[in-house]
Amino acid sequence: MKQHLVCMILLCFTTIGFSAPSSAQIKVFACEPEWHALAEEIGGDHLSSFSATTAQQDPHHIEARPSLIAKARSADLIFCTGAELEVGWLPLLLRQSGNSRIQADQQGYFMAADQVEKIEVPVTIDRSMGDIHASGNPHIHLDPYRLLIIAEAFTQRLLALDPAHQQYYLESFEQFKQDWQRALEKWQRMASPLKGKKVVIQHSNLNYMLDWLDLQVVSNIEPKPGIPPSSRHLASLLTTLKNDKPDLIVVAAYQHDKGARWLAGRLDVPVVKLPYTVGGDDSVNSLSLLFERSIQLLLEGLNHGG
Amino acid sequence: MKNSKLASICLFFTATLCQPSGAINTPNVTNNEFNPAISLILDGRYTDLDMEELSFPGFQLGGEAELPEKGFSTGHNELTFSANIDDRFYGSATIPIVYQEGETTIELEDAYIETLGLGQGVTVKLGKFYSALGYLNSIHDHAHDFADRPLVYDVLIGGHLSDTGVQLRWVAPTAVYLGLGVELTRGSEYPGGRNEDNHAGEGIFVKVGGDLTPAASWQVGLSHYTTEFDVRQAGAHHHGGEESLTDNELRDGEVDLSGLDLVFKWSPSGHARERYLKLQAEAFKRDESGQAVFFEELNSAEARYSGEQSGYYLQAIYQFAPRWRVGLRHDVLQADNSISRFVDNGIDEQEFLQESSIGEGDDDPSGWSGMLDFSPSEYSRIRLQVGRLEVDDESYDSLTLQYLMSLGAHGAHTY
Repeated sequence: MKQHLVCMILLCFTTIGFSAPSSAQIKVFACEPEWHALAEEIGGDHLSSFSATTAQQDPHHIEARPSLIAKARSADLIFCTGAELEVGWLPLLLRQSGNSRIQADQQGYFMAADQVEKIEVPVTIDRSMGDIHASGNPHIHLDPYRLLIIAEAFTQRLLALDPAHQQYYLESFEQFKQDWQRALEKWQRMASPLKGKKVVIQHSNLNYMLDWLDLQVVSNIEPKPGIPPSSRHLASLLTTLKNDKPDLIVVAAYQHDKGARWLAGRLDVPVVKLPYTVGGDDSVNSLSLLFERSIQLLLEGLNHGG
Repeated sequence: MKNSKLASICLFFTATLCQPSGAINTPNVTNNEFNPAISLILDGRYTDLDMEELSFPGFQLGGEAELPEKGFSTGHNELTFSANIDDRFYGSATIPIVYQEGETTIELEDAYIETLGLGQGVTVKLGKFYSALGYLNSIHDHAHDFADRPLVYDVLIGGHLSDTGVQLRWVAPTAVYLGLGVELTRGSEYPGGRNEDNHAGEGIFVKVGGDLTPAASWQVGLSHYTTEFDVRQAGAHHHGGEESLTDNELRDGEVDLSGLDLVFKWSPSGHARERYLKLQAEAFKRDESGQAVFFEELNSAEARYSGEQSGYYLQAIYQFAPRWRVGLRHDVLQADNSISRFVDNGIDEQEFLQESSIGEGDDDPSGWSGMLDFSPSEYSRIRLQVGRLEVDDESYDSLTLQYLMSLGAHGAHTY
């Protein structure tokens, strides 16, 4: 009986193992919604993409749960941020998937953060500094210039993986690039009133966008990365900020904003909740809308604040 | 002449001294860069216990099943080394350093290699590893949600089933997660025992899981393990404080263990940072048989023994605020043993049943545990746990205060 079962399982391994994948589409496993959106922009119908997380989830804190193992097992290409953002779940997912195509040395492994330079690379690292990333700030997708570099590198990867549709990928990237550059000019015009304004953030996850828009980060609600603020920390922050009032308090949609609201109420400063990624706000269903909507929200916040 | 010699010496020194400054600019690749990820778990406790000795009538205990030390103790301090060995293999070893009753021992919890991306969803693991039996078996104690293991794990599996051998796993190319696996091991670890061939253990497991909504996920597992052995030493029932030369053995035995495990997790929008709920239940059934032999000094007794034991636990963990969690667990055990062909060599049947732990108690042992823990960061946790155990009309209370700290690399935890 026992041996029969073992034999049956071994038989399953071999029969299913040898049946070739039938779908011609490239299966993309995107770790975050921004990469899912970018993959669809460039790949169109030639790929089918899946996002492992939603805009309401914190990409630092995801579990390698069964549904993700199943998706990783069948993926042709894994498109993630890298720079240790997914360190708590991606390595495990790769190991458990038994999928050779998406391992770190393969064409099917694409990390966005490997394509661009990061800001805030720490000089020394110690856990007493909180949950810091040794490779620098991983939230790179919020800089539209870096995003364009990533889009180009991703296109190159698609060319290598699926040479049959080279023409399509190249054309769709050219289109994306043109649209993006036109949008960039528009966003920069729109955002000019934001220049030099002082903002308080909750985590360094919006810094690339704030840097691009020339906003000045004066304080962080989290005492250390990943450590929620204590009431004592908030109180001391309030005293400091009272003398030097910021223009806005900015948080990402997925974040708990209790501390930010408390501070905002006492300082009489508006809280702006930015979508952070595609899907972070009902109206944001593409990468260009993510930037446009974020600028709009910041401007609205500024106008409200007087 | 002298001057030119001096000049050449000066030149030589300048040249040698200047050399290192050039080297600083070149990439500094040392052996350190390739160090494996090292993690150290520090586990310290204060325990208050009523129970003097872990013993359940009807269950022959073994493996790591034992009571924690009373008062202050340092539990399991676990050192783990892990890394990708090359592009084909991953390796990991966990070495607990245990200080107990004035003695320090180094153990080998697991030491294995695993293939990386073999393809077709197949993974092969070799070495000493935690069996994929059940849900908690393959999860290290420090990642459990309570300070102690569920009763059914201690009593039927000896804490964890960690044996040496090979494991073959396969993930099906399906939308819903389906994982199948087989294990061939020495079969010599409890609930197995010493066997001549060291390849008597066979395990098989199936896991199915998926998401109900982005907020809720689940997993169901079925597993079976079987082994045969020549001799299994089992803990005998001791009389308090009395030292006697006893030996409790099960000879020519075989054991079959079947398990069912269920896990359900929920968090608002799948964002587990603020609040989450985790429900977990496992049931095991163990059938074993063999020649039970009990010696006490010059006397002995033996009988054909056949036992049917089972147990389950149900637990719920709720994170009600960031960093704060509460948990509740209920444990139940049941034994139905029988003996035949009893041989009395100075020990009567009544005494044999009691001393060999084969005789069942009047009631099924059961327990309740409650815990509250606080995690200042991802790397630290402080826990308070209270428990009550009911064994044979007696109840035993316990209280544990525990810290669990993770230093260095913090590996990802499985679902």
